[in-house]
Amino acid sequence: MSIAHARAGAATRTSPYLVALKEAGLTAFIVFMLSILMVGFQTQALQGQPLSYVTRFDAVIWSIVIVPFGRFLLALDRQGISKPALVIGLVGFFYLFGSVVLAWMTGSLGETTDNSGAIVTYVIGGPPLPYVDPIIDAIFGLGSLFVAAIAWSTLRRARRGTLTLEAREAQEHQRMNWARRASLILGPILVAVAVALPFTPWADRALVETLTLILTYVMLGWGLNIVVGLAGLLDLGYVAFYAVGAYSFAKFSVDLGLGFWQCLPLAGLMAASFGVLLGFPVLRLRGDYLAIVTLGFGEMIRIVLENWQSFTNGPNGIGGISRITFFGLPFERTPPEGTESFHQFFGIEFSTLQRIVFLYYVILSLALVTNFVTIRLRKLPIGRAWEALREDETACRALGINPTNTKLTAFAMGAMFAGFAGSFFAVRQGFISPESFKFLESAIILSIVVLGGMGSQVGVALAAILLVGLPEVLRELALYRMLFFGGAMVMIMLWRPRGLLAHREPTILLDQSGWFWRRKAKQ
Amino acid sequence: MSLAEAQQRSDGKAESVLLTMEHLTMRFGGLVAIDDVSFIANDREITGIIGPNGAGKTTLFNCITGFYKPTVGRIILEHADGSQFLLERMDGFRIGQRARVARTFQNIRLFAGMSVLENLMVAQHNKLMRASGYTVLGLLGYPGYRTAEARAKELAIAWLRRVQLMDDADKPAGSLPYGAQRRLEIARAMCTDPVLLCLDEPAAGLNPRESAELNRLLLDIRDEFGIGILLIEHDMSVVMQISDHIVVLDYGRKISDGTPAEVRADPAVIRAYLGEEEKE
Repeated sequence: MSIAHARAGAATRTSPYLVALKEAGLTAFIVFMLSILMVGFQTQALQGQPLSYVTRFDAVIWSIVIVPFGRFLLALDRQGISKPALVIGLVGFFYLFGSVVLAWMTGSLGETTDNSGAIVTYVIGGPPLPYVDPIIDAIFGLGSLFVAAIAWSTLRRARRGTLTLEAREAQEHQRMNWARRASLILGPILVAVAVALPFTPWADRALVETLTLILTYVMLGWGLNIVVGLAGLLDLGYVAFYAVGAYSFAKFSVDLGLGFWQCLPLAGLMAASFGVLLGFPVLRLRGDYLAIVTLGFGEMIRIVLENWQSFTNGPNGIGGISRITFFGLPFERTPPEGTESFHQFFGIEFSTLQRIVFLYYVILSLALVTNFVTIRLRKLPIGRAWEALREDETACRALGINPTNTKLTAFAMGAMFAGFAGSFFAVRQGFISPESFKFLESAIILSIVVLGGMGSQVGVALAAILLVGLPEVLRELALYRMLFFGGAMVMIMLWRPRGLLAHREPTILLDQSGWFWRRKAKQ
Repeated sequence: MSLAEAQQRSDGKAESVLLTMEHLTMRFGGLVAIDDVSFIANDREITGIIGPNGAGKTTLFNCITGFYKPTVGRIILEHADGSQFLLERMDGFRIGQRARVARTFQNIRLFAGMSVLENLMVAQHNKLMRASGYTVLGLLGYPGYRTAEARAKELAIAWLRRVQLMDDADKPAGSLPYGAQRRLEIARAMCTDPVLLCLDEPAAGLNPRESAELNRLLLDIRDEFGIGILLIEHDMSVVMQISDHIVVLDYGRKISDGTPAEVRADPAVIRAYLGEEEKE
């Protein structure tokens, strides 16, 4: 009997099963109230007939059975009985979720026919599923997994509670070391794969474009990581700098006719100036307050872009941004008179893939530059000051560190990389509008940083692959895409609350030799 | 400044005035936290500031180190080369940067997530910032920065040895035991190369053995580096043993000022600590 169980027992003197049953009963009532109208009736608009409805009381009944059952398991878990929740949760997940995946694989997803549950029955030969329609199955499946995950974390916590302080520290140390070594190994592998990929046979247009998109977010994540991960300034309006970069690029390119490599540093500079501009008013703010102001700033930029008709062309956006050239050689089948195109210069067959692959390499190198600069900065006094500022601003001031300059450089650096990414976005799309710079983008970039593990470069890359790549891969799942996506995110945060690869490598070690296999700090 | 240089400086020179406080008053609304306090703290001396709880000791520190702007009064810091700084007019961080006043905090304020060695490197920020050409040269791999960093690391290691933290150099500062954190905070303050070190209750929470070690450390710092130390302390065994000069505050007012022996015998101090003798 665990401590939690004992405490609950002593306080109420009722059986944990009774407590759980009571909660389940209450949950059943709530589920009934919620689902009877929303799930129980579905409106139907058939051609040439008045609006009618169909009843789906079977779905309501299944909800009233399954949801309180999950609640029952969670209530038991809370009182120290975790194993049933773990086992039943996992079984439920594989059973219910499996039906959706199988339906997707066999291509019958969305066909809400009378007995679709038979798909699983047919494959594994089990009893018919409590199948209603895939969406409800998916919700129940994710719910089961959620129950299992919670039970698992309770069990793990309980086991850790029995360990001595040293054992717990050792475990923590081991976990950190694991994350550290994983980053060290994964980093070069990821880079190598990214460099080689366009030459592999799988590299079709769709894949390279998806990877280009992912890399854009990797770069944005790394840029935001400077502000949020290193300097500890929670910025919810990061997309504003992305927008400034993209729009500066578009204006320089369209109005002044400058080329990509000339516009790129200018756009970065513009974004950095905006970073400083935002930095000034928020110098005194921290945490939630800073988040709110930066959020407002992000929206301000977007609204200005939408309404400053004469300059930004409003919601219609700016089009006709000249396409990227290979250092002056255009990627065109038939270049204008007197110029040479990329494939002619190199004497190869023309392919539309060439431009896409070149764009891919441009963003790859931009992202790697961002990474390289960030790693360098961390080991310079400014980087240490950023981290010190995150830890304790008062102590920083007492040590003679100028907090104003330190914060502003963090904002400027982060914004500059967003500006570069924005330039790339503009040249890739050839068209930009305020639509692309909504708050959701900021939220995704921030999620990438948090999910990756604040301050971890490899973690951010992995998170970007997950958060941007997964929805692309799951595109076939159409409607259920976001459901999977959200579920996966909740799971990851339950599993690794501090991010995928949360570890912090000191920027300087007493003894720099043997840094890779360092197992334990000297006792 | 390296340790060797500091030692040179300490060779045979008489004490001179380091810090002059003139009519310092600090009001928070209607509350007078410090009321017209004037005193002098000398170079190469440990000046103890004592007083019952709420006497205004920490407020005084916050005024010196720029966290508060005093309502009335002047705080003059004079360097050995004769340059003067009016601390009450300076921005908080400039007091550390230019006037070279370092401090520790009553509730320890280390960079808990950073390693012990990094804490000492951050303390040398301004020096390294210049060496790295305000980041630009450092980013380009300028060799001058690398030597500056190596030298900064040497200084940090010298301090780690002195405060017996060599074995913990790569551990997060927050994971150290309490006494070690106190020592690290002093080492970090010293790494900024100060002329005045302000310690806010450094012995709080230390056991008698650690407390004795701290005494020795502070005396060593005074003698070897020839800097002035301002010390707020409740532990009388620390203050009376190592202070050259003690200032006693009560309700924001200075009630006594002198050597430990003088202060101990002062009836005003006894009254403040033990309460007024009842009159018939």
